[in-house]
Amino acid sequence: MNMHGQERKGARQTLRLIDMDKVEQAGTTAAPVTVIRPPKGWLPVNLRELWAYRELLYFFTWRDIKVRYKQTLFGFAWAVMQPLFTMIIFSLFFGALAKIPSEGIPYPLFSYAAVLPWTLFSEGLTRSSNSLVAEANLLQKVYFPRLLMPLAGVLSPVVDFAVAFVVLIGLMLYFGYYPSVMMFWILPFLLLELLLAVGIGMWLSAINVEYRDVRYAIPFLIQLGLFASPVVYPVTFVPERFQALYGLLNPMAGIIEGFRWAIVGTEPPSELLIASVAIILVILISGAFYFRRRERAFADVV
Amino acid sequence: MPDIAIEVKNLGKLYRIGQFAGYKTIRETLMGVASAPFRHIRSIGDQPSADSHQSNTIWALKDVSFEVKRGEAMGIIGRNGSGKSTLLKILSRITAPTEGRVEIHGRVGSLLEVGTGFHPELTGRENIYLNAAVLGMKRAEVERKFDEIIAFAEIEKFLDTPVKRYSSGMYVRLAFAVAAHLETEILVVDEVLAVGDAAFQKKCLGKMSNVAVEGRTVLFVSHNFGAIQRLCSRAIWLEKGAVNGLGDSTAICERYLHSSVGFGSGVYKFEDGAGHVIQFLRAELLNSKEEPASTFRADEPIRFRIRYHISRELSGASIALNITDALGSSLWGMSDIDVFPDLYERRLVGTWVYECIAPGNVLRPGTYMVALGAGSGSQYFHHPTPFPFEVSTAGYWRQSHRYFGVGGGPIAVPMKAKMPVPIGEVST
Repeated sequence: MNMHGQERKGARQTLRLIDMDKVEQAGTTAAPVTVIRPPKGWLPVNLRELWAYRELLYFFTWRDIKVRYKQTLFGFAWAVMQPLFTMIIFSLFFGALAKIPSEGIPYPLFSYAAVLPWTLFSEGLTRSSNSLVAEANLLQKVYFPRLLMPLAGVLSPVVDFAVAFVVLIGLMLYFGYYPSVMMFWILPFLLLELLLAVGIGMWLSAINVEYRDVRYAIPFLIQLGLFASPVVYPVTFVPERFQALYGLLNPMAGIIEGFRWAIVGTEPPSELLIASVAIILVILISGAFYFRRRERAFADVV
Repeated sequence: MPDIAIEVKNLGKLYRIGQFAGYKTIRETLMGVASAPFRHIRSIGDQPSADSHQSNTIWALKDVSFEVKRGEAMGIIGRNGSGKSTLLKILSRITAPTEGRVEIHGRVGSLLEVGTGFHPELTGRENIYLNAAVLGMKRAEVERKFDEIIAFAEIEKFLDTPVKRYSSGMYVRLAFAVAAHLETEILVVDEVLAVGDAAFQKKCLGKMSNVAVEGRTVLFVSHNFGAIQRLCSRAIWLEKGAVNGLGDSTAICERYLHSSVGFGSGVYKFEDGAGHVIQFLRAELLNSKEEPASTFRADEPIRFRIRYHISRELSGASIALNITDALGSSLWGMSDIDVFPDLYERRLVGTWVYECIAPGNVLRPGTYMVALGAGSGSQYFHHPTPFPFEVSTAGYWRQSHRYFGVGGGPIAVPMKAKMPVPIGEVST
């Protein structure tokens, strides 16, 4: 009983200190009302809530970036080495040996301009698809909009992209291509690519929660995707009349062509891009609804 | 402003279990996938017995209703699997209810674990920001409280060291310090006090009573009945997913301890340990005839037979058994590595039986609890719900019953005593 009294007294002293900030807080925040009910039907993404949680998205992304190269010898150099060596190997085998045409552009530059967005895409897709499963503990212990996880997975490789982009500039200067304002056209294509990665990421991360098959399917799909995309070959390899179909089946085709056009000034993508944009929107919207539908069971199933 | 902080009405949660148990054709799986989202919804209001999935479902919570007033601290007690965690998860919006409704007035902070979101590679400083963001704190808020947090955690010197290099004590202190500075109007807390050394636990309890005194609403799950009675004015006793008692915390805790749930047969099976590296499977309390029992003579040795499973080879782990009083204060305990130091170096995969015997004539007649725990370094493995046993007055060595009360403390080991011998003359 005696001990009890002492603890209470100590408690009150600290209380006064804390109370000061509490007053401030109470003045600024009105008590929100939350109603929890069994969820029903298909729900749209709660954009307002996502916005309210933007700081957490920032922290998740920041953590992914921070942790990625911890305890490595080369650190961020890895972000350059991966696309760089991929490009060198492609230039050797597909450029020099197989002599795949590159629309008059030096093959290393031609392939690097495509390897760059492809690496970003495959990295973002892998990370976002595994994001929920990798953070199973977090899902079971705390609430936040689950969408933050695949979003952070897609956003964090953008830093690697930016680092590897420096090499692109070097490569351009080496081959005598001078960066112009045209380069800013990369931005809308970058956005489009991130939206595509988020769209597929929402689908796959949600499926992955229940069926871990996804984890094994992804590396395989990415390998297939690399050769199904105009990375080592020009998009003109696909006959004119199949271009729209190609863009529909592989939305990365339009995006990669867009990157190439903005960087080295190849043919601007036309119906290919329109088809790609259309399918990206379909994937994004359906992915969002599917994700929201499955979201409620994540903590129970994962 | 309404006076009620949390209003829970007819809350129910249906879990599907044994999804991978038994056989299932691909067609059934596919059909199951296709109809899974609908099944949950349709089963609301249906009698589960009416559908064929009866054996595959379990109501973790059923028809739970209660109210928590603004500024009230409410305790939640119950056995493993009684629905406590499910209730907290629903209130924290981690999982959705199957039926019913909850209305919450105010921001909710949930502490279902300390150190949620901690990343071992990040430094103490980085983890403070990350963990705080995960718990729902704004960056400005964290910056304002940063000094207070590191002072509370006592880790100033190691602020820029990755937390994987921290000792388990430092890790837990840091994690709790961040959690303790969460200033939402409503706090949902699950057993986070069951960590750290005794001194730090006391500090945490102090912090928790601050929270209660500050007039914030607290919902608190614990097996520490002492803490519940000290911190909470009222308590809910959950049993098989339903409310079995609701009222004054002291009265509810006492009822719980004296119910049949309280003293079992002396055999306890733990089903909540799946996934832990060391997982307790079963504990038996045996009397001198080696029969399971929950009431013992005062002079009788108590044999604890504990079965556990280790899923990967370990070093640095220990398994501890602690006897506490009915309020959860530790009295007497031992870790297996205290007597078998080799176990600290290496433990092999498999299912093991461990026995230890508490001699008789040590505990005063009364109610006690057994708390089991397994841990290694900074990790805490399985901590099953403590289970009670009783030491009866039978066989008690004290000839006089006058000291049965509070006198003498819980430890009642007879001292060697000599009859008083007179010095000089004795007057009659």
